[in-house]
Parts: sequence; structure tokens; C-alpha cells
Amino acid sequence: MPAERARKIRVSCVVNGAAVTCEAYPMARLLDVLREELKLTGTKEGCGEGECGACAIEIDGALVNSCLVPALQAQGANIRTIEGVACGGSLHAVQQAFIAHGGAQCGICTPGMILAAVNLLARHPQPNDAQIRAGLSGNLCRCTGYMRIFESVVAAVRHGETGA
Amino acid sequence: METRVIGRSVPRKEGREKVTGSARYVDDLSFPGMLHGVTVRSPAARGRIRAIHFADGIPWHEFVVVTAKDIPGKNCIALLIEDQPCLAAEFVNHPEEAVVLLAHHDKYLLEDARRAVRIEIEPLPAIFSIEDSLAGKEIIWGQDNIFKSFYVEKGDVERAWARAALVVEGSYETGAQEQLYIEPQGMIAQVNETDGVTVWGSLQCPHYVHKALMILFGLPRERIRVVQTETGGGFGGKEEYPSMIAAHAALLARKAGRPVKIIYDRAEDMVATTKRHPSRTRHRTAVTREGRLLAMDIDFTVDGGAYETLSPVVLSRGTIHAAGPYACPNVRICSRAVATNAPPHGAFRGFGAPQTVFALERHLDRVAEVVGIAPEELRRRNFIHEGQTLAVGQVVKEKVDMNGLMERAFKLGGYYAKRKKFAAENSAARGTVKRGIGFASFLHGAGFTGSGEEYLASEVAIEAMGDGTVHILAGSTEMGQGTNTIFAQIAAEALRLDCEQIRIVQPDTAYVPNSGPTVASRTAMIVGKLVETAAVRLLARLHESGCLQYGYNARDFTRACGSYVAKHGPLKSFVKYEHPHDLHWDDQKYSGDAYGAYAWAVYVAEVSVDTRTAEVRVEDFVAVQEVGKVINPVLAAGQIEGGVAQGIGFALYENVVWQEGRMVNAQMTNYVMPTSVDLPAIRVYFEEIPYGRGPAGAKGIGELPLDGTAPAVANAIAFATGVDVRQIPITAEVLLEMMESVHAC
Amino acid sequence: MRAFLPAYEMETPRDLAVALSRIASEPGVWKPFAGGTDLMVLLEAGKLPHKKFLNIWNLAELRGIAVTAEYVTLGALTTYAEVQRHEVLAREFPLLCRAAAETGSVATQNRGTLGGNIANASPAADSPPALIVDSAEIEIVSAGGARWVPYASFHTGYKKMNLQAGELIRSIRVARRRGVWKQYFRKVGTRRAQAISKICFAAAGRVEAGRIAEVRIALGSVAPTVLRGVRVEELLRGQEPRGAIVSAAQDALGAEIAPIDDMRSTGRYRRNVARNLLAEFLEVLAS
Repeated sequence: MPAERARKIRVSCVVNGAAVTCEAYPMARLLDVLREELKLTGTKEGCGEGECGACAIEIDGALVNSCLVPALQAQGANIRTIEGVACGGSLHAVQQAFIAHGGAQCGICTPGMILAAVNLLARHPQPNDAQIRAGLSGNLCRCTGYMRIFESVVAAVRHGETGA
Repeated sequence: METRVIGRSVPRKEGREKVTGSARYVDDLSFPGMLHGVTVRSPAARGRIRAIHFADGIPWHEFVVVTAKDIPGKNCIALLIEDQPCLAAEFVNHPEEAVVLLAHHDKYLLEDARRAVRIEIEPLPAIFSIEDSLAGKEIIWGQDNIFKSFYVEKGDVERAWARAALVVEGSYETGAQEQLYIEPQGMIAQVNETDGVTVWGSLQCPHYVHKALMILFGLPRERIRVVQTETGGGFGGKEEYPSMIAAHAALLARKAGRPVKIIYDRAEDMVATTKRHPSRTRHRTAVTREGRLLAMDIDFTVDGGAYETLSPVVLSRGTIHAAGPYACPNVRICSRAVATNAPPHGAFRGFGAPQTVFALERHLDRVAEVVGIAPEELRRRNFIHEGQTLAVGQVVKEKVDMNGLMERAFKLGGYYAKRKKFAAENSAARGTVKRGIGFASFLHGAGFTGSGEEYLASEVAIEAMGDGTVHILAGSTEMGQGTNTIFAQIAAEALRLDCEQIRIVQPDTAYVPNSGPTVASRTAMIVGKLVETAAVRLLARLHESGCLQYGYNARDFTRACGSYVAKHGPLKSFVKYEHPHDLHWDDQKYSGDAYGAYAWAVYVAEVSVDTRTAEVRVEDFVAVQEVGKVINPVLAAGQIEGGVAQGIGFALYENVVWQEGRMVNAQMTNYVMPTSVDLPAIRVYFEEIPYGRGPAGAKGIGELPLDGTAPAVANAIAFATGVDVRQIPITAEVLLEMMESVHAC
Repeated sequence: MRAFLPAYEMETPRDLAVALSRIASEPGVWKPFAGGTDLMVLLEAGKLPHKKFLNIWNLAELRGIAVTAEYVTLGALTTYAEVQRHEVLAREFPLLCRAAAETGSVATQNRGTLGGNIANASPAADSPPALIVDSAEIEIVSAGGARWVPYASFHTGYKKMNLQAGELIRSIRVARRRGVWKQYFRKVGTRRAQAISKICFAAAGRVEAGRIAEVRIALGSVAPTVLRGVRVEELLRGQEPRGAIVSAAQDALGAEIAPIDDMRSTGRYRRNVARNLLAEFLEVLAS
């Protein structure tokens, strides 16, 4: 009953600024490649259907749900995960704001949420309330009710650094 | 009382790990030689297992296969009783009941193998509703399908009917609700000769898992070890269910001789794990012409699913909260938890109270209408005060000013002005959007009911290391609510240190004492108090030893720890819970001092309803509560905000669609929780009347918001549309039809 | 995850010609795979029968938005994000932009494509009603050539379409309107974002001297395919958008649609809401 396996392919891409190459089945989920091959476990699986955003990463500057991207399509991509948001040892303004303002409770949605927030600020450096809500509408949080996540984003903007 | 650290929004202890993605949840862990495990489940709701077929084409010799026969001890997941099998042996009693376990190193092949196992079942008639269960259509559990029942009596309800000017009846229903923690459930287990059974995983109650594994394996205490990994949300959904997965992973690990990891995907998690108990509550209320409560006759039933699990306790809390923060001379509450052939229902934040508080607060708005007074006036005339007794006979010994809370909530929510404005606008001929404002007034008891805390006999230890760091050893778990941070604050306050010097030891049954489960809004109030006491005692030891003088600073403390440890060895303080002597509870009569303390609250919801689509939008929400002492303002507000969001989901969006005992909308696309654009600003306000037995005066707050949110929203919808809401979730489909009937009258 | 992922193959053709010859070589075997927002969900749920996928995501011939005096032509791989960012679309095709903005979320919109959405043929999709109202035409290519099909006749039944084995959607073309049209789009889901629609209503009308000169109405989630309200349109043409015609039009719409009960909603709700949204649209025309 188990069908014949496809041959694994070599995927070369840039992840958090570093060139990487790994082997994966062509239709393996990019989420699993990041977590299992590259050991970048910061990106999480919450639903496996592109609804919760816990697996959100950036591909070529665009926010995408990595549970829905096949490994083959990551070939040549420029990928940023949560591990690539801080700069060296310094946290991004969004990360600092999340700590100071209670944007993270259980933390499982946090990596995807921070990617979404960072991505939002890259597109809208001074977002209004509606833009913040819309920009994060693909990231579900069960703990916070979103209030302190919005507050964290607003605080990060006030801090002045919106991109890094 | 001036506090230094308590009352400040100290940043979350593990915040940095969470925002950088370095916090380690169970699926982030990998062990050498580890296998993956999956569960093969019953396709039928009830029946006898005739055979298990393993299809051709899978290299079965490579697999570890476990069935009930492989269980060394007792085939059960021990909780209150031992009726729930770990793996179904001869009979299945609900869809998705676990029957076979498989393990293999290749998780893809494993998934194929799972689908290649066919469980052949000879079906038996099954029941799926409270009505059918009570009618005894089939007896599926015990003698009469009833897990537990309670009878509470205060005064004499029967005599009141004759004297009553008015009697109002009503029936209210709540549906199941899925906890929907964003991290699905999972466990890793390892079994070997040296250590026995060890499990790591996403859980709320390490000692519950520990006990269950002891009985499943027939092993003594020291041969079982349970370690909590960073847990991505629980809300009660990881109170009892983790024992089941831990058992499964451990059975596979024992047979495989290698570590085994089981992680549920979202669909499996939704369909197989616990949900909030569906409920039905009937009220019959006698009032005077002025609206003073004479009698409340309440009948409350919850659907417990196929096995008992925690249903008696959910029923208990729902029962005790059923009559609310009101002084009523005659109360009768009859309640029961019944069995159906659905996966067992379980703990979910609020734990029975959201069900009965919804019924009560909707009902009282209707009673007010019949009396002909405003709903707030009815409450005002009946709010309980210090010295009066609650329905279970508990004399309220704390200061409580429900009317003050209500007025404050109304002021903040613009209640009176909006009521007038919306009433006028709604009745104007044209206008496709109707607006409404409603409220709920309620209380929530913190800690285990009655003698529960005494029975738990919780323990906490604190150890000061030679380098001055202070370790807190408690079985209480962090799952986002802030346990780690507030424990650090409580200890830091008592020891006059900064939080940075306090470390919370990750809950591991090999190292931490049993502080009781992380449930029942007890962690801050009960366990936090033990932390405080342990810290105070440790400090006393240091002083008594002469190593530390009074008026010390942090450096002095560090030096003192160093010299103490060098001279005397470990500096450890150990505290066990002592039940207050003035709290008395009668388990037989189900009356007395149900809880050490209550949080009191009034919530106000403003809604808009589009009459063309019956879409409801919560436009504003005000939550005012008296909580004793706010230990950490950001964390406390975060608890209320998140709880209100879940309560809005409970009221409007979260609808479990059942088909013969199975949840058929088991995807996040089809089971809908609120997103960032669905919620209004949730405005949270605290009042503080310190509770003498809480740490710095704190009471519990974790579950409170789930009680009052849905009824406030429901009352607002009733105001906006004239629809007599009787059940939640209030789906647009139901609301549209009900609005059309109102319109037609 | 309910699929044996190692069994799935994916190839990347270097250009459209190679892609077309590949799918012609083994008809029905190679499934074109664009952004994956539909296919990966089906795959992970174990509901995708195909095992071989053709990665068309990089085909430049399927990208780009071209504007002429008469048409705006969108490559099949135009994402929802790209639709919303396009100046002419934003100005002249608000229904399509609204549909794009309300499909999924930011992350879905970066990967979801118009062509993929059309080929997936979900009756609950949000772009199809807008495309019907905008009189879209679909360009279909194969190794043997190209043909244009009016989108209104593209879907022939539930998940059945005018697309043969060996064919790909290359572009979607919408005609730029003359005159002043009033536009209306409303998607009703369980929540405000990331919701599969219970019902979706798109409409546009041109009013001249107080009467409806032209009108186009389309709905999603009320039939096995996206539905154009042909009979309602006929009834409304030449009428004033108020008075007795409103309930007559509602009745006509009610008779024309075939909404069902499913796990998201009920036929009754969908029918009642469809009627109400039609009334709302007519108010827009009357304003």
C-alpha cells in the first residue's frame, strides 16, 4: 500500500542570511524542512491547514504559511524565520515590545505573530489600528485576546525602529 | 500595604525565550533513536471489537504495535475513578476511542500504516443527547447513565411559590466548546531499567499524569517521572487528557525499548480530546412584585461523554455557582452529570460555572422584564452583602460591593446613555443595524471546592543556593498565564530581592513536590501563598542562623546563602497547605464554605447586530472585577482579556457540529475562534480588597472572565433585537430566524 | 497530516511550453501547482488523489497584469496581494479587490492565485462572483493552441469545468467599463477575517434616468458553482430600483439559487440572506 517514494531533492536557499542546502522530498512541507532538517524549531505547527499562522515565515520578503509551501518551491528562496528576527544578540523592537507589554503568554503563536508584525511594519511603518488588526488577522492567538499584541506593535513603532 | 515587586508589571520570566523562538515545546525535542507514535481509533460510537485487521502492503515487522494486552498494570487512565480504559479492549464507547498504538521511525510511513489498520466493530445502539441519556434509552454507563448528582437546599423552595407575586420559568442551553490551545497535545516517553518510565510533554498537572502512569504500569512512585515541557496553552484541555497520551507514548516506548514521541495533529486533537461539557439548565424563580428574590429552583444537567473523568467536579462547580452573587432565602439546586457516547468532556476554564452563569444571568434579565423593572434594578435589589449567605449556605465573610462594581462598569461602558440611545435608534423605522448593551454580574470561587484543598494537601519547596539564587520548586505549571513570573514576584517580595535572583524550577516530578493541579484559579491564591510562606520561613532560618542581619541588601543575602550552605548544607524550606480552621464544608449536604474566597465582577458588552445577516459584532467590552490584589497588572489584564475573547467565542462563534458523537468540523477553518479583527477593545479594570489568606492579598482570577462574558453578550443581543436568547453559541442562522419571528409579532 | 508525502513528486518546467508538453504527455496525471494554498490543505488532509505535481509558480508567462484601453488582463498566477496593489484594479475593479482582500489572510494572499482559485472551483470562493460581474474571460492554453472562454460558462457543475486534460489557464481578462457603475460586494462568513463564506454577493449596476440600464449579479456558496443571477437581472433591467420590484426580485433570486445545509450554515439562512443582500444592493442603486 505505501506508494513508491519520490527521490529526495537538494534544496538550496538562504535562511536567515546564511546559504543552506539540504535534502528533502519535493513535497515535504517547508515547515518540516526548517524544523527537522535545519533544526530551526522556532517556527511552529498549530493547524497544518494555513489557518492559524503559527508557521508564518517570510519568503523573499512576503509573509507565507510554511505548512503550505512544498520544499521544492523553496529552491532559491530568501527565507527569514523567527530565529532571524533578532540582530545578533539584540532583540528587534517588536520582540522587546512583546516582552514589555505582555504580547506573549504561552508563546506558541508568538514566532508567527512576530514575523507578521515585523512584515506589517516593513510594509506600513506607521500603521493605524485597522491596518494592525488586518495585518495580524491571519495569526490566531488563544491566550491574549490580541489587546497586548496590538499594544506591543504600537510600542515598537513608537520606538522608531521598524524594519531592521 | 506597600509592596516593592508585587503590583508591578515585571516582564514575563520566560519572555525572551518565547519571543526569540528558543522556548522548547514538546515537538521541538528529539531524542536519539526516537520513534514516532500514532493512535488508531474506533470508527464507531459504541460496540464490541470483533477483530483488528492489518492490511497487506505495510512492513508490519518494522512496527511496534500495542494493544490493551500490552498493559502491564491496570488498563485505565486513573482520575477520580478508574472507568476509562487506556486502550479499548473488548468494547468501545465513543467515536475516536483509542484501540491500537503504532510506532515507527518514519513518520510518513507511520501515517500510512495508521490507515491500514481496520478495527471491525459490531455496533451497539448509542445515545448522543442529555434527553436520551436521562430517559435511559440505552444504559451505557453504570446503572442509570448518571456519573454524579447533587442536591443543594437552602430554606424551603416549595413554600415560596404560593406566596410569590410572580413566577418566571426558563430553560437554557450551552454547547460544547473546544479549548483550541494553539499547541496541539503531545508527549515523549522513555522506558528503561535504570529510570523506569519518564515522560515529557505539554501538560498542566504533572502529578495527575504521574498517578495515572503508576496505576497503568503497576510501578511505585519513584519509578515514574513526569516532566513538563513549555506548554502552548492549556485552558483545562491539558488538565486530564495528557495522562492518556503519556500512557500511550509510554506503552509504545516500553515495547520498543526506545523513546517514542506522539504529537497530535489539529484534526485529531479536536476530534479525540476533551471539550467543555454541553449543558441544560432550567430555572424557576419566585419574586415579589418589587423584584426581590423569594425562591430559585434550579435544575442543571451536563453531558459528560462516555466516561466519568472530571464530570463530578465540573458538575460541582456549576452547581455551586448556579445561584450567583445574590441573597435569596430559598434555593434548591438539583444537578446531574450524564453519560453519552461522545468522547469524554472535560476541564475548560470556568469548569461548569460558565454554563450555569449563562443560564442565571439570561434568566434574571427575563425576570426583570416580567417584574417590569430594569435588569440592573433587579440585581441591585438582590445583590448579596457581607454577612448574608450564598445558596450553599456560605456566609459571605469578605467585603463585597456588587452595586459599586456595577455602577463603575456602567459608567465606564456608558451603559445608561447607550441604553437610551440604542432603544430610540432601534425603534426608528429604518436602520439595518440594531445596537444593544447588556451586562452580567457574577462571582467565581477560587481554589478547590469545600475540603478539596485539604485533600490536595499541596506542597511547595524553596531552596536558596550557595550562589544566592533562590529556586522555587512547585508542581504548578506555566502555560502562558504567568505562573513563573508571579511566583518569582511573590518570593522576591518576601525575600526583599529582585525577580532576577529567583528561578522557577521546571516542573518535574523527580524534583518538585506536588502543589496540586494548575486549575481552579488556585495557583496564585493557594500555591502562591505557599510560595510566600516558604520564602518567609527560609528567610527566618537565615536570620536565626546568624548568617543574615536585618536591613540586608541583595549582596548580603547572597553572601549569607553562601556561608549558610558551606556551614550547614542545603538551605531549603518546605511548606504544606493548612486548611483554615474557620472553613467548614459538609460533603453530604453539599453546603457550607464552598471556597476560601471569591472574585466578584460585572461585565458590560455592547453589540451591533446586522438585521440583514444576523451577524453580531461586539463593539465594546468593559470588565470590572474585585480580585484581592493584582500581583502583576500586565499579566492580570492579559488573563481577563484572553478570557473575554474565549467567552466571546463561546457566545458567538464556537460551534461544535456533532454527527453521531463525532465532531465533524474538526478543522480550524470550520471551528471558528475570533481573529484580531473580530474583537473590540477589551477594557479591563481591577479593584482590590485584599484577601487575608492570599499572597499579598491576591485571589484567583484565571477562570472568572469565562463566566460573565457570554451572558453579557447574550443580554446585549436580546436588548438589540428583542430576541429571547436561550442558548449559546448564538449562531447567525438561529438568530436570523428568531429575529424574523420577533419582527412578525 | 494525513498523507504519505514521500510518494508525491514535483517537477519545475523551465517555461510554459515545456509545462504544456508535460501535462499533454500524461493527461490527468500532472496536476498544475501554483501557490498551494488550496492543494496543500487538501494534500495534508489526505484528500488529494494526484501524486505528480507540476510547479508552475515560476512561469513568467503566467504572471503580470497588462492594461489596455479596453481590458485589464491578469496572468493566472496573479496573487491576491498583487490584485490589491494594482492601481487600475483598485480604481476600476473594486469587487475583485474586495474579494482579494477578504480571501484568507496576508499570508494566504501572498500565495493564493486567481488561476488557482478558478481551477480549484470551490463554490464558496470569493473571486468568482466578482469575476462574473466583471464579465471576465478565461484564456486557456494547451500544447495545441489557445482559446478564450467567458468565465460565466467556465464552470459546468460541482468541481467540473471547461478545462480539458493538457490545458492550463493562462490569463483572466476583464473589460473596462464605460459609464458610471455602482458596485456592491459583500461576503458573509462566521467571522470577519479568514472565513470561508456562507454566502458571497457581488453586483454592479448602471442607473440611467432613474432606471436600471445594466445590471450584473453573482453569488457564491448558493449553488454547486458560482451563480449568475440571470433571471433577477432580467427582471431588474429597465426598472426603478425601489418599490414593488424589490420583493419581486427577491422572490426571483430565491427561486434561482439552490443553497444547501452544510457544516458552515443552512440553506434557509443562505436564502434569506441572499434576499436581504439583494435589497441592500438595490438601495445602493437607488441612492
